Amino acid sequence: MDYKWPYKNEVGQEERVSCDVLVLGGGMAGCYAAIAAARHGASVILVEKGATVRSGAAGTGFDHWETACTNPGSRVTPKEIAEAFIDEQSHYSNGIAQYICCREGWDRLLDMESFGGKIRDTEDEFVGADFRDDETKLMYAYDYRNRYTLRVWGTTFKPALCREMKRLGVKVYEYTEATALLTARTAGGRKRNAGAVGMNTRTGKLLVVSAKETVLAMSRPARVWLFHPDLVGLCEFRPPQSIGSGHAMGWRAGVEFTMMEKSVPGEFSAAGRSFPPYGAGNNHNTWYAATMVDARGVEIPYVDRDGRELKTVAERYLPAPGQKFFLKGGVIDEAKYEYRGPETLPFDELMRRGYKLPFYADLSRMPEAERRVIWGMMVGQEGKTQVPVLQNYTERGFDPEKHALQSYGAGWKSATFLAQERQLFGAPGGIFHDWDLKTNLDGLYAAGDQLFASDCAGFAAATGYYAGRKAAAAVREAPEPEIDEADVKSEKDRLYAPLMRESGIRWKELNMAISKTMQNYCGGIKNEEMMAEGLALLKDYEENIVPRLVCDNPHELVRTHEVLDILTVSQMIIEACRMRKSGAKALYFERTDYPRMDPPEDAHFITIRQEKGQVIRGDVPFDYYGDIEEEYEKHNRDYIDEMTGMYNRDYTDGTAGIHNRDYRNEDPKGGRQR
Amino acid sequence: MKELTAREIPCSAEPLIFDKKLCIGCARCVNVCQVDIMIPSPEKGKPPVVLYPGECYYCGACVMECPRPGAIRLQHPLMNRAKFVPLEQLR
Repeated sequence: MDYKWPYKNEVGQEERVSCDVLVLGGGMAGCYAAIAAARHGASVILVEKGATVRSGAAGTGFDHWETACTNPGSRVTPKEIAEAFIDEQSHYSNGIAQYICCREGWDRLLDMESFGGKIRDTEDEFVGADFRDDETKLMYAYDYRNRYTLRVWGTTFKPALCREMKRLGVKVYEYTEATALLTARTAGGRKRNAGAVGMNTRTGKLLVVSAKETVLAMSRPARVWLFHPDLVGLCEFRPPQSIGSGHAMGWRAGVEFTMMEKSVPGEFSAAGRSFPPYGAGNNHNTWYAATMVDARGVEIPYVDRDGRELKTVAERYLPAPGQKFFLKGGVIDEAKYEYRGPETLPFDELMRRGYKLPFYADLSRMPEAERRVIWGMMVGQEGKTQVPVLQNYTERGFDPEKHALQSYGAGWKSATFLAQERQLFGAPGGIFHDWDLKTNLDGLYAAGDQLFASDCAGFAAATGYYAGRKAAAAVREAPEPEIDEADVKSEKDRLYAPLMRESGIRWKELNMAISKTMQNYCGGIKNEEMMAEGLALLKDYEENIVPRLVCDNPHELVRTHEVLDILTVSQMIIEACRMRKSGAKALYFERTDYPRMDPPEDAHFITIRQEKGQVIRGDVPFDYYGDIEEEYEKHNRDYIDEMTGMYNRDYTDGTAGIHNRDYRNEDPKGGRQR
Repeated sequence: MKELTAREIPCSAEPLIFDKKLCIGCARCVNVCQVDIMIPSPEKGKPPVVLYPGECYYCGACVMECPRPGAIRLQHPLMNRAKFVPLEQLR
């Protein structure tokens, strides 16, 4: 049945606006960036593709906030944990962002509480539990001794951020996709970002924003190798409209990236092999440390890093004898010995010992508080669990005291993928940056999944706020943005072209072809000849298929734009893969023509950017960011001073935080800034 | 410039089920969906039209936003309905 398009037709119309700080992307990172910039006196515009209240990967929640090392219960320092992450990832890690996350994460949680988000067990539902501090009512996950990862009520977070942005006067353009950065040369000949172009996803109206400073916070690439034209929304872990447009826009504008050669064999795709996230029996992440049983109901043992069998559930949450702390979380898979936490016996060992498949998660055998916190709080507050798992499974009759939930793959993945079915996952590549989270372009910052080697929601919040505050601080010295009208015109023509055609090829067909190309020529096996073939085929699509794309309305036009960005990102990934002429275990990167693994001369970051159609390589040592603590303090004197005395450290009544400081009524030109 | 049109693009699954008796057609689900897979019903007070069911992210934001519990339900594709068993069966 055909319908009349229900929204106004504003195709071809333009809206022009300007601001001090423009934030592209309204997920966790973007919202925190906008709030930070507004607090520091900047006029702020935020552009978000969906409805901000529930958009982004954390739109419907998240259940644990990693590495809040300065929370009152923590027994580790930010430096300890950040350095452990860097070492765990064999230095293919984002030291700057990790440290920011460890150092400022707790500040962002207090902010969240002041916005009305829930970070404590204020209803006293878990009094006396091992994971709860009864004085502060904070609840911890994973390592109960060191207490640096918090269980939080993430379903309350996006609505709280929206309220705060409104209160601070941030102007939010919803249902607007950002499509291009606008750059210009300054008097000194340097390239500077001057704003961005966007399009309303319902009306087709063009938005042109000129901005002194811009923060790019538009998630990470997806649907590069994994595409399923029937269940598009389930192809990847993150939302289907988060497909790496920020990466593509950055690449076209000349932004420098690193680690783009990293991709991992698929971890998650519920359009094919996987089950709903957190909806199958497992003992990782949200479900840590669930009791697992085999098909006979025999319990599967947990062991510590030395193989010592753990006798109690409580021990699953404690470091091994002689170990200070352990690492668990979103990007930690099988940690190195030094950081390895308790884990069920390896699969092969279980088979050798005669355990029977399939396995199940059996929460009934856990202490009541542990059962209730996994099923009811974590499953419930984690994104895509409140309705799709907790409510849906309960309606189907699941009762964690009476049922066991089947397990399908190893760990949380719930499936096993082929080598060519790849994803940008587990701290993938992204924008290269300095200690201000500034890109190589003046006037352009990045945050969240847009950064290289990004992690989870806490990472997005901490880096978002940081980028927003750095952008706001730079406004004073920034020149008036100059927009090149020729750039706006050519972007406008590019955007509308598929809507102008009467017939042609549709977006799904091209996405399918790109994904197959990437699986064939840039899959598990990589070599120069194959990648050159892949690039040639993508070039062919660009020249011969893109000019034939057609669609019927702005919604389908947005999907079409996304595939154009997937095409750009795919080219960028192949270019990055060609640059690294050896294998790297931590990057899940292997080449048949350069089979040496991890030769010392290649143990560094390779950066890539595009200039006048040429791909330019850079080589940067792992430790380019220096001593993380010293450099952080050198670059953040203002923030350290600002924070001194900001928080009243009385956590008992659940009202602590900086809400007693009303940013709205402060004179932004007042004494708080440098 | 051609006229903007829309038609339902069906897929193998039916992610959203509406109860016509409970739904008041307020379109709050339409406007909270970050993938924007629905349009308001052309008929006032009726459930929205799911134009792009294949693009559903199965996040449940629409159900969370619904002011009439039960008016909209989320349903996983059949292949994604994980199995659970009574504990007595694992003996």
